[in-house]
Amino acid sequence: MKKEIPLFIVFITGLFMAVQFFVPHAKSEWVYEYMLDWTIIIGVFALALGIWSFVRVATNKIRRKSENWQYSIVALAGLFGMIIFGLGFWGGVESYMFRNFFNFVMVPLHATMFSLLAFFIASAAFRAFRAHSLLASVLLLSAIIIMIRFNPFLGPLSEPIDSLASWILNFPNMAAKRAIVIGIGLGMVATALKVILGIERTYLGGD
Amino acid sequence: MRKSTMIVTLVVVLLFIASWIFKTMTAPEVDSTFDALTQGFLVTFAAFLTLAIMSFLYQDNPFYKFAEHLYVGVSAAYAMTLGFWSTLVGNLFPRVSETLCGWFQVEFSGQHDWQFLIPPILGILLLMRLSPKGGWISRWALAFIVGTTAGLNLPRFLRSDFIEQISGTFLPLLVDWEGFGHFFSNLSLSASGQFVAILSNFVIVSGVICGLIYFFFSKEHKGAFGSASRYGIWILMITFGASFGYTVMGRISLLVGRLTFLMDDWLGIISG
Repeated sequence: MKKEIPLFIVFITGLFMAVQFFVPHAKSEWVYEYMLDWTIIIGVFALALGIWSFVRVATNKIRRKSENWQYSIVALAGLFGMIIFGLGFWGGVESYMFRNFFNFVMVPLHATMFSLLAFFIASAAFRAFRAHSLLASVLLLSAIIIMIRFNPFLGPLSEPIDSLASWILNFPNMAAKRAIVIGIGLGMVATALKVILGIERTYLGGD
Repeated sequence: MRKSTMIVTLVVVLLFIASWIFKTMTAPEVDSTFDALTQGFLVTFAAFLTLAIMSFLYQDNPFYKFAEHLYVGVSAAYAMTLGFWSTLVGNLFPRVSETLCGWFQVEFSGQHDWQFLIPPILGILLLMRLSPKGGWISRWALAFIVGTTAGLNLPRFLRSDFIEQISGTFLPLLVDWEGFGHFFSNLSLSASGQFVAILSNFVIVSGVICGLIYFFFSKEHKGAFGSASRYGIWILMITFGASFGYTVMGRISLLVGRLTFLMDDWLGIISG
């Protein structure tokens, strides 16, 4: 029962959603809309589960005085601060405190964390391009053309570089992306079929 | 704590206070002293967090760890808060409870939609995962999500990632043939001349086929098949280069945004 019922639910819901696509009737679309909304609502409970798991890991770290446990206090303070300001005690997501938390804490942290990747990507690329192979040079050349396209000081070169970059993006880039996307599509279809038919069961976990 | 760490921390704290005072005194158009103090603190704190993250370029340090952990906590809470307001308050409460709508000041849909009591029940089942003995029951809710998503993805990916992509690749290799004179008259890549159109379509058709051949590992890449595979990897390398260039420029634009914040909003050296 612990595994049969979930497998049955997956089969029924999966089959319905797949078949519904081919039945454009008002009733089937009504059920389809409901199921989509239900999935999104259950997803919020999954988020709560994730938050709980995070809190448990952080509090365990603090209780056991593990290495760098002090920073777990910072993480919990950020978590509870944002939740308290955001969940309605002072007006929810439109409140003064939540907006300030977002604009002056989250935005700087997010933008700086990702801007930092520019340095690491550049350093990784430098090492990769030292491979001196023809293919690495093609990659480098393509990257340089795309990057200098954004340079505002190109002068008369601006137009030809722009058209070359657009051509690279619209044709060779699209061709390879299509090949990759076709592979992804086939992989997704195969995985979905395996899940619906109960061949893929790793999501059920142990026991 | 080491002496050097203490000195650095002290210097950072002093700089923070100095910046706070300075930003409070120069806060533009505020109604009260409290607003000026808050504005000064927020700008200084944002600058501190920006510099704390950037300090990782030198080496891992306590300021970076502080900012990193704060980011983890704040991001998790942000996702949770948005999920609560947009999904539960925006989508669920207006359909099930007038009282809850009153609490959260959202408009009630007018009638109780009892079908919407099922997802919270499944959500509570999902939370049973926290229970050591009843954890298995959370699989029912998980099965609902997995089954729905798999069923949804099956036709959607088949259509958008497979059929649409293949149909988009069936392009004419000879377009609007109007004679050799016209063929060579416009060779600019941005133009819609015949030569460019034929070249572009050829690149798309051959690129997709050879790209797929490169990913086909059931046959040894030798002879004509190997040549096609090699052509495929050339096209793939051009794509990876383009994606790399785009990613770098995206990150650099974020960096420019942060530097502008530091120079303009915080230090006031440049005008925005």
